Amino acid sequence: MTAFGKLIRTTAFRLTLVYLLLFALFAASLLAYFAWNTRRLITEQISTTVNAEIGEITDIYNRRGLRGLQGTMANRALRPGANLYLVTTPNGQALAGNVGALAPGVMNVQGWTETAYRRLDDQDNTDHRALVRVTELTNGFRLLVGRDLEERRRLFGIVAKAAQWSILVVVVLGIGGGIFVARRVLHRIDAMTGTTQRIMAGDLSGRLPVGRSGDELDRLAENLNAMLERIEALMTGLKEVSDNIAHDLKTPLTRLRNRAEEALAKSGCEADYRAALERTIEESDGLIRTFNALLMIARAESGQARGNMNDFDGADVANGIHELYEPLAEDDGMTLQVKTGPAPIHGNRELISQALANLVENAIKYGKPGAGVQPLNAQASEILIEARREGDQVLLSVTDHGPGIPEGDRKHAVERFVRLEASRTLPGSGLGLSLASAVATLHGGELRLGDAHPGLVATLVLPARAGSSDRLAAQTQDVPQKAA
Amino acid sequence: MTATAPQMRILIIEDDRESADYLVKAFREVGYIADLASDGEEGLSMADSGDYDVLVVDRMLPKRDGLSLIGSLRDKGNRTPVLILSALGQVDDRIKGLRAGGDDYLPKPYSFAELLARVEVLSRRNVGPAEETVYRVGDLELDRLSHRVARGKDELTLQPREFRLLEYLMKHAGQVVTRTMLLENVWDYHFDPQTNVIDVHISRLRSKIDKGFERPLLHTIRGAGYMIRDGIR
Repeated sequence: MTAFGKLIRTTAFRLTLVYLLLFALFAASLLAYFAWNTRRLITEQISTTVNAEIGEITDIYNRRGLRGLQGTMANRALRPGANLYLVTTPNGQALAGNVGALAPGVMNVQGWTETAYRRLDDQDNTDHRALVRVTELTNGFRLLVGRDLEERRRLFGIVAKAAQWSILVVVVLGIGGGIFVARRVLHRIDAMTGTTQRIMAGDLSGRLPVGRSGDELDRLAENLNAMLERIEALMTGLKEVSDNIAHDLKTPLTRLRNRAEEALAKSGCEADYRAALERTIEESDGLIRTFNALLMIARAESGQARGNMNDFDGADVANGIHELYEPLAEDDGMTLQVKTGPAPIHGNRELISQALANLVENAIKYGKPGAGVQPLNAQASEILIEARREGDQVLLSVTDHGPGIPEGDRKHAVERFVRLEASRTLPGSGLGLSLASAVATLHGGELRLGDAHPGLVATLVLPARAGSSDRLAAQTQDVPQKAA
Repeated sequence: MTATAPQMRILIIEDDRESADYLVKAFREVGYIADLASDGEEGLSMADSGDYDVLVVDRMLPKRDGLSLIGSLRDKGNRTPVLILSALGQVDDRIKGLRAGGDDYLPKPYSFAELLARVEVLSRRNVGPAEETVYRVGDLELDRLSHRVARGKDELTLQPREFRLLEYLMKHAGQVVTRTMLLENVWDYHFDPQTNVIDVHISRLRSKIDKGFERPLLHTIRGAGYMIRDGIR
């Protein structure tokens, strides 16, 4: 009962019922129109024949008198499938014809009448119906010519039966189809509901079933799945963040606490306390930085920082970061170079600057020539910041000639807090690449790590600003002209 | 510390009792008059009636939030400089704060040295804009129009960014300027570099303006930042 109730409450079923009603009405009116027109046609045919015969018989009567009339009557009445004929005397006595009985008073009314009758030669005693016309001949004689309506009745019966059957078929097919469609829809919706309930219960990995028909339910399921994908990614990110906070913030916090405890336990002079406190502040500043970076990554990853997007040139960002870090690199015995071309971006300038700054800081920190490399090679200590456009992408890259990152480690390197073996002894939160990657993702791009033979190329691949290709198109057009 | 303005008056609008008491105490220790309001409504009426040099406003306050408080002050034509303190440290929040009429924005947790440096720089606006064409500290001279820098009789050649760095330091001569303030005001970046990138720029500037001179002008203030001034501490 509840299953059936659910079924008939579905939109599909209700729609089917409405369509069914409309279709039945349509079929009924079509049949009614057909029946009515056929009836009219048959009636017209009958009256034409009857009128013609009355004309002929009247003519014969006028020319050959009563005898001629009787002859024709006998003659015509005997033909198979003959019409009805009756001639009566002025006092109402039957004189000739094939009609045995008539409804009373028919002969007294001139013109068209529909009446019950019985033929003379009829074996069964059933009444038939006929359409007759009565005319008065000269001398008070009356002539009746008519035609049986059996044909018309039978035809009408056929139409009525057809109507009954077709409506029955329509109703059965309609309800059956409705139930079929409704059940199908209901089945899929139930599957979806089941999945969503499982997901709500906490299993975020569940996905809605998607059929192959590509219909509206499939599209809905696909969209919901994409939404679930996003939610799961966010949840995973959140979980990772909290795990990482738990794991990697606790370490420096413990260190902080230990130092404070140690300073408290040891009775020292004021200078010792000062030193301990200064280290404590330093450590907590580091913690705050890490925390800020984590929050920023989380925000970038969740797409919250989508506000504050502006149009700007990536070349300016590259030049600005170069200008800021050039002295630092030089102090570290490296040279920081910059090479820029037009790189139109629509995005959050601050975040992209920070991402590029992180890449540069990484290059300065980790990009020193490895132990096996000739240190005298001038190129080995060079770091290059590049901004350029490639098709519909803008590339902001930082290339160093240090030891690089082995191919297998590159994906891993982008994860939060990951500090590869070689870098564990150097200061840093291990969040630089993650932040750069999150910023790239926020802008619909990605962070690509590649090999500089030797060294690392870290590239922020960002979509170029839409509608900014005019200048570039003009440039590429110039080239073949010059060549030709 | 030699305060540039006599007895600066500060209103702290902060609902967290402990940090508010800490701030009041710390400001009083450096010789300022510090008052405290613990919710938005109280803060608004005190800011409105009292004659303060700087307001330090927490963003999230009971009764009336910090941004709406600043908004109503500005609507009434009160132009007292406001520094916003907020646990929301992100770039967009900062922009929102400044758009609402704040003059500076400091994310929590902050160091008092940073807060103090920023408050001192802000309050100078009340004293009068330092828009002279030539800044002078000791025998160091910077001409903002001709971009000429000289120490005594020696002409100094600075890179454009070094010039802007020195200009900012000299504009706030005698005041502590923190690394973040420099990064924000000279480079217009609002992120926190993980390296000592500002220190390197300062040391380059220092080698140009102080090297070979008997009296250093550019001083490092431990735990806070830098200050340019004539005279040794």
